[in-house]
Amino acid sequence: MIEVKDISKHYGRKVVLDGVDLQFPIGKITSLIGSNGAGKSTLLSIVSRLLAQDGGVVMVDGKNVTDYKNKVLAQRLSILKQSNHVRLKLTVRELVSFGRFPYSQDKLTDEDNEKVDRAIHFLDLEDIKDAYIDELSGGQKQRAYMAMVVAQDTDYVLLDEPLNNLDMKHSVQTMKTLRRLADEWKKTIIIVLHDINFASHYSDYIVALKDGKVKYCDTTDNIINEKVLEDVFDIKISVTEFNSKKVCNYFM
Amino acid sequence: MKGIKKNFLITVLLLLAAVTLYLFYNMGSNWEFALRLRGVKVAAIIVVSCCVAYSSVAFQTLTNNRILTPSIMGFESVYLLIQTLIVFMYGDLTFQVLSGWGNFLLSVLGMIGFAFLLYILIYKKGKDNLYLLLLVGIILGTLFNSLSSFMQLLIDPSDYFIVQGKMFATFNKINRDLLWPSAGVLVILLVVGFRTTKYLDVLALGRDQAINLGLNYNRAVQLFLVIIAILVSVSTALVGPITFLGLLVTNLTYELFKTHRHDVIIAACCLVTAVTLLSGQFVMERLFHLSIPVSAIINLVGGLYFMFLLLRVRKL
Ligand SMILES: Nc1ncnc2c1ncn2[C@@H]1O[C@H](COP(=O)(O)OP(=O)(O)OP(=O)(O)O)[C@@H](O)[C@H]1O
Ligand SMILES: [Mg+2]
Repeated sequence: MIEVKDISKHYGRKVVLDGVDLQFPIGKITSLIGSNGAGKSTLLSIVSRLLAQDGGVVMVDGKNVTDYKNKVLAQRLSILKQSNHVRLKLTVRELVSFGRFPYSQDKLTDEDNEKVDRAIHFLDLEDIKDAYIDELSGGQKQRAYMAMVVAQDTDYVLLDEPLNNLDMKHSVQTMKTLRRLADEWKKTIIIVLHDINFASHYSDYIVALKDGKVKYCDTTDNIINEKVLEDVFDIKISVTEFNSKKVCNYFM
Repeated sequence: MKGIKKNFLITVLLLLAAVTLYLFYNMGSNWEFALRLRGVKVAAIIVVSCCVAYSSVAFQTLTNNRILTPSIMGFESVYLLIQTLIVFMYGDLTFQVLSGWGNFLLSVLGMIGFAFLLYILIYKKGKDNLYLLLLVGIILGTLFNSLSSFMQLLIDPSDYFIVQGKMFATFNKINRDLLWPSAGVLVILLVVGFRTTKYLDVLALGRDQAINLGLNYNRAVQLFLVIIAILVSVSTALVGPITFLGLLVTNLTYELFKTHRHDVIIAACCLVTAVTLLSGQFVMERLFHLSIPVSAIINLVGGLYFMFLLLRVRKL
């Protein structure tokens, strides 16, 4: 389990995270929501040791992340950041193969290759697996990076706005993939989402951040509530039921 | 991959042709002497090529750009400053006080120190801003150059020639005492360097991905900065500064070899650099019988190319 205890972060005098306490249940999808600048990406970067916090600790399976060997942690926890751009001559399959680096470095075994192929299949990349990533569309690139994280095959998967740039079909497909990873493979997934309906449909728990603080942290059903959402986003949102699933409408 | 193999083969053949031509063209009557003289030059060119190729490619990967090389970032200014400082302090006693090796060691230490200064200024704070890096490099480079010029003004004119000899790269006055030791250092570094290219492959994905994939990012950057600093010292101590060579050959290599694998890129870049230097040297020395060092031409072409890249970089 990932536990976040009293995390704080500030840039100069500006407080970005303030006493964040959270626990992310195993085998579940937890969505992080909140306005731009609420601190979602910062929290994810701290949990994944990309950024040093100013206070508090992050525990993974009961052990402080800073006490892990880099390689061992990379086999347990993976992160995909909000924006990724490289200008390398790298094919999709080569990029996805990097997901196996924590296990086999550059000498891939048969098992590694199998996992790479499965990840490519999962993200629907078979027909572009030999294309260079700097020649792909934004959404295709995003999916290639997702496949790399899937190939990394870690218990904990942190994703910062993975639906960025994806069309509707691939957004739904990606969320279904994540659902399968959680349900069948017992992966613990923490995901930043901006579309509240995707959060509502596919996540088990929702954490709402506002101004660097955890405003709400509860089951999806309890968060998808007009009062709560208005409080988080400061706009009017109406929640209706449709086929026994809650749908939010914020075009008002 | 097939195109890469073909290009690799062609470059190897070109290198063999260039070496043969350089060694055996118009040998004259005293062929034994000519061959020994030319052999030394070829050896020096190959050592310098490997140093420049590895250090430039690795540096560009670390800094995630294709327009900066260690030379442009001021490593060679550090070398010149150290050389000037030594002459400034010891005057014409320089060669008695400090052996070639002592001098070399001092240069290596100076450049490693400089590498860590860059590291502290840029990496430690997690800033990977190309413009900041360029700015820091140019400012420090200019600062060191000004210091060197200032001391050169104070130096006794006859001692100044010692410094001047080190300011311009030339393969005609190779520091021969250092050639074989340099080659030894190079071989050791290349063994380490080529076993770690897989880390360069990962570093090329950027800091965050490198950490995500389990690399000890800071340690890896430090390792490569030390390797780079030593390689630059070797090449500069041997023939002097060739500021824009690295820029020219790395970009040529990236054009010819479209792969992300650093073992391939670096090996190819060694070949490309050696071919460039050998053919340049051949043309200047034999065909035109010019005394202009090939480094002058390379710096002219490379400098223009650098400006072209800087103007183009806006859309990166
Ligand atoms: N390097 C930095 N220096 C100064 N302030 C920063 C830095 N990085 C982030 N911030 C500030 O921290 C706050 C939180 O940023 P963060 O990226 O975590 O927001 P976010 O919730 O992910 O927003 P978004 O939905 O736009 O991605 C913002 O106000 C931002 O301006
Ligand atoms: Mg963000």
